[in-house]
Amino acid sequence: MRGRALAATLIFAAFAAVPPLAYWANDPYLIVIASRIVAFAIAALALDLILGYGGMVSFGHAAFVGIGAYSVAILGQAGITDLMLQLLAAIVAASAFALVTGAISLRTRGVYFIMITLAFAQMAYFFFVSLSAYGGDDGMTLSSRSTLFGSDMLRDDGIFFYVSLGLLGALFLIATRIVGSRFGRVLRGSRENALRMNAIGFSPFRYQLVAYVISGAMASVAGVVLANQTKFVSPAFMNWHVSGELIVMVVLGGVGNLIGAVFGAVVALVLQEFLGAFTDHWQLWFGLILVGVTLASRDGVGGLVRRLTGGKR
Amino acid sequence: MTNLFLLQLLNGVQLGILLFLIAAGLTLVFGIMDFVNLAHGVIYMVGAYLLVSFARMTGGYWTGLALTLPTVLILGLALELLVFRHLYDRSHLDQVLATFGLVMVVTEAVQIIWGAAPLTAAMPEALSGSIPLIGPLRYPVFRLAIIAAGLLTGLGLWYIITRTRIGMRLRAGATHRGIVSALGVDIGKLFSLIFAFGAMLAGFAGALVAPILSVDPGMGESVLILAFVVIVIGGIGSIKGAFAGALLVGIVDTLGRSFGPIVLRAVLEPAAAGQAGRVLAPMLVYILMAMVLAVRPAGLFGAKA
Amino acid sequence: MTRKMLTILAATTCLAGPAAAQDDDTLKIGVLLTLSGPAAVLGEQARDGFQLAADEIGEIGGMTTEIIIADDEQKPDIAANKARELVERDGADIVVGPIFSNIAGAIVQPVTEGGAILISPNAGPSNLAGAECNKAFFSVSYQNDQNHEVMGAYAKGQGYDNVFLIAPNYQAGQDSLAGFKHSYDGGVAGELFTQLGQLDFSAELAQIAAMQPDAVFAFMPGGMGVNLVKQYRQAGLETIPFLSAFTVDESTLPAQQDAAVGFFSGTNWAPDLDTEKNKAFVAAFEEKFGKVPASYAAHGYDAAYLIDAAVRAAGGVGDKDALIAALEAADFDSVRGDFAFGPNHFPVQDFYLAEVVKRDDGMFATSIVEPIFEDYADTYVGDCQMD
Repeated sequence: MRGRALAATLIFAAFAAVPPLAYWANDPYLIVIASRIVAFAIAALALDLILGYGGMVSFGHAAFVGIGAYSVAILGQAGITDLMLQLLAAIVAASAFALVTGAISLRTRGVYFIMITLAFAQMAYFFFVSLSAYGGDDGMTLSSRSTLFGSDMLRDDGIFFYVSLGLLGALFLIATRIVGSRFGRVLRGSRENALRMNAIGFSPFRYQLVAYVISGAMASVAGVVLANQTKFVSPAFMNWHVSGELIVMVVLGGVGNLIGAVFGAVVALVLQEFLGAFTDHWQLWFGLILVGVTLASRDGVGGLVRRLTGGKR
Repeated sequence: MTNLFLLQLLNGVQLGILLFLIAAGLTLVFGIMDFVNLAHGVIYMVGAYLLVSFARMTGGYWTGLALTLPTVLILGLALELLVFRHLYDRSHLDQVLATFGLVMVVTEAVQIIWGAAPLTAAMPEALSGSIPLIGPLRYPVFRLAIIAAGLLTGLGLWYIITRTRIGMRLRAGATHRGIVSALGVDIGKLFSLIFAFGAMLAGFAGALVAPILSVDPGMGESVLILAFVVIVIGGIGSIKGAFAGALLVGIVDTLGRSFGPIVLRAVLEPAAAGQAGRVLAPMLVYILMAMVLAVRPAGLFGAKA
Repeated sequence: MTRKMLTILAATTCLAGPAAAQDDDTLKIGVLLTLSGPAAVLGEQARDGFQLAADEIGEIGGMTTEIIIADDEQKPDIAANKARELVERDGADIVVGPIFSNIAGAIVQPVTEGGAILISPNAGPSNLAGAECNKAFFSVSYQNDQNHEVMGAYAKGQGYDNVFLIAPNYQAGQDSLAGFKHSYDGGVAGELFTQLGQLDFSAELAQIAAMQPDAVFAFMPGGMGVNLVKQYRQAGLETIPFLSAFTVDESTLPAQQDAAVGFFSGTNWAPDLDTEKNKAFVAAFEEKFGKVPASYAAHGYDAAYLIDAAVRAAGGVGDKDALIAALEAADFDSVRGDFAFGPNHFPVQDFYLAEVVKRDDGMFATSIVEPIFEDYADTYVGDCQMD
C-alpha cells in the first residue's frame, strides 16, 4: 500500500509540474495535452472502481462521458454556464442512466455483462446522433468554457488545468475511501464469491448497483472536463471505441489499484502523442506495444514497472 | 405489400446468414476456448482484401477464393502460434487488451499494404445478374448463393460437432479440459485447429462479401460488434444459438428499417413517426439484445449463467 | 516534426531547454485532414492536390514555406486539439482543412481565435455560410447543399414527378435531401434515411424496385456509396436513372468501376472541365500519383494557389486584415476558370451535371454533361453578417 501512495504522489506531482514546465519550455500546448489526459484519467479511474474492485467489465462507459459532455452543452445553450451546476446536472443525469441500465445489466454475468453495457451505450450514442437540436451527428461547438463562481477564469488554460486536476484528485481520494470502506470490502467479496456473500447476509446486487451508479457519475465528470477542454461536444465521445480505449487504459495501468488507471491513461495518451510525432502509422506501433505488454506482463505496464524495480504488490 | 414483405424477409435472412458465417468462428473460439477475440473482425477484413488481390492476380473469383482460404488458414495458425496460444490461461481483460492491439496492428498494416481507398472484386460471371421473383421484384443471384453457402456451412458445422470424433473431442474439451488431455488428446493441437478453422470461416465470409460490399479498412470493425451481438443473443459457444441469433438480428434489422416507419405512421403523426423511426431504427438490434438478456441472462441457447 | 518530437520528449523526461523562437520570414501552413480510418482516401486526395500545387509553386507567397500535415482521425475532439497544436505550438499562419463538416465545427474556433485563417478544401456547413460566418474562414469548395440543389434542378428540368430519395441518417444526410428539395418541387416517391455506415442496401433497393420511381436521388458518401452503387446495379435497377451527390466520384470509382458507369452526379468540377489550368493539373496529378484526381484534390490544389496569390498581394502574413482582403479578392488562376468569393467567403461558381464514364485508358472518371447553374451562390449568404 505504501508503494501505491508513493506512486500516486509522484503522478500527481508530475501533473502539477506540467504548467510551469510548459511555460519554461515555451510550449503552452503541453497544458492542452495534459488537460485531455486528466479528463481520460478521471474516466479510467471511474471504470477501475467497478472493473477492478467489482469485477464488472463495462464496455459502455463512454456513454457516461458523453452524458457529462452534453450536460455542459445543453445547459450552456440554455444560459447556465456555471461549472458547479453543470457538474451537478451531469452527475444526476448519469446516475439516473446508470441506475436504470445497471439494474438490467447486473442480471447478467461475465461476457454477457460486457455486451449489454455496450448495447446501452450504443442506444445512448444513437439517441444523441438523432438529436438535431444539438447538432445531431455533427455535434456542437461551445461558445466558451464554463464559468466558475461567476468568473470566466477557466478561459485560461493553466487555471482550467489545475481545476481539472483538482477534480481528478478529489475523485481519486473519494474512490480510495470507497474501496477501503466496508462497502468496498463487500464489493470485492461479491466479485470473489457472490454465493458466500449472499449466505452471510449481503445482497451483492444492491452493492454492485450502487458501485455502478457511483462509477457512472464519476465518469460523467470526465465528460464535463472533456467538453470544456475541446469546447465541443459530439456523439463521437460515446462511440464504443472510447469505451474500448478506457478498458485499455485501465488494463494497461494494472487492474484494481486506482492509481494504475490514472497511470494507464497517462501512458496510453502520451504514447499516442509520442508515436504520432514519429510516424503516421502510429496505430501499428501502439498496437504492437499493447500486444507486447500483455504477453510480457500479467498486470499491465504497472506490473511491469513493479517487476523491473523489484517492488512488491 | 405482402410481396415486398416476403422480399424483405429474404433480405433479412441473407444478412443473417452472412452474420452467421462470421459469428460461427467467433462463438467456437469463445465457447470452447473461453477466449474473447476482438481480432475476429479484422480477419474477416483480411479475407476480403486477399480475395481482391488473388482474384486480380489469377483473373477469376473462384481461383481467388481457392487461394484465399488456405492463406487465411495459415494466417490463423500463425497468429495462434505467435499471440493467442500465450493468452489461453489469462483473464478476459488481458485477451481484450492484446486483441484490441492486434486490431490496430492489422488495420494499419492493411492500409499500408493496400492503401486507404475502398477496393472491389469482380463478381463471378456465373452468379452475376438477378432473377425475377414476384412482379417487378428481382433478386440478385449472388445473394442467393450466399444464402446457400451459409446454410451448407452451418450444416457442415453441425455434422462435424455432433457426428464426428473430432467434434466429440471438442465438446469434451470445452467442458472437461483436464480429463480430455489426461486421456491422451493433445488439447494444444486441438485448440490451434479450432482457432485456424474459425479464422478461415471469417476469411470465407470476407471473401463472399467482397463482390457486393466495398472492401475498406473499416469493414472489420462494423461487423465485429454485430457478430458479438449475435453470439450473445444466441448464447456463447452454441452454433445453434449463433445461427438463430444471426437470423433474428438480420431479420429484425432489415424489417425494422423498412417497415418500422410504416408501422409507426399508423400510430403517430407523419412527422413524429419519421423522427421516431430515425431514432429507433439503428437502436433496434441493441434493444433486441438488451431485451433478450434481460429475460434470459445467458442468451437463447446459453448453458452457463 | 522533429521539434514537436523533442518537446514531447522534454515533457516526458524533463530534459530539453526552451523551444526555438519562431521565425517571422517563414510562411507556416498547417494541413489538417482525415488521413486515417475508413475515410482516409478523401483526406489523401486533398493533401496530394495541395502538395502538388505547393511543389509547383515552391515558395508560396514568395516566402520560405513550411507545411505541417496533421491527421484529425475523423474525430472532432482530436481535431480540435490538433488545430490548437498547429496554431499555438507550430505557429501556423493558415490552416487548410478539414474534409468533414462536423470537424469544421470543432476546429473553426481553435484556429481563428488563435489568430490563424482557416481554408476549407471540402467542408462547407450551412452555419458557417450563414449566421455563424467568420471573417477568418474561407471555403474554396462549395456550400454543402449546393451539389444536391444541382441534382434537384436537373430532376425538375427533366420533368420527373416521382423521385425516390435516400441518404444516411445524420445531419449531412438530412441537409442533403433538404437541399435537393430546395430546387425540386415534383412528387417524392419515398424518402429513406439509412443507418450511418450501413453495408447492405437490399431492403431499400427492394422498396425502390417495388415503387418503380422516375429516378433515384442518393447521397451516400464513401464506402456506403460503393456498396449502394454496386448493389443497385446487381439488383437490376439500372434502368432507373441514378442521380447523386458525393456518391460517385474519383475517390470511390476505383471500387465502383463498371457498376457506376452512366450514373449522374452534381458537381462544381470534373477532371475533364475545359480550362487550361485544369488540364495541366489533372495531367500532373495523374502523372505523379497514378490515380485520377477527385474534387477534393482540385480544391486542395486551388487552396494552395489562392494562398500564394493572397500572400503575395498582402506582402506577407503580418497584416491579417490585408491578408483577408487579398483572399477575398481571390485573384488567382483556378482550375475551375472564373473564381470569386461571395460576401460569406464561400465561392460563387458554376455547377454541372456530370456522368461517370470509362476513359480510353481504362480509368473511371466523372465527365461534365451540361451546366446547370451559372455563378451560383449558396442560399445562406443572406444570413451572414460579417462585422
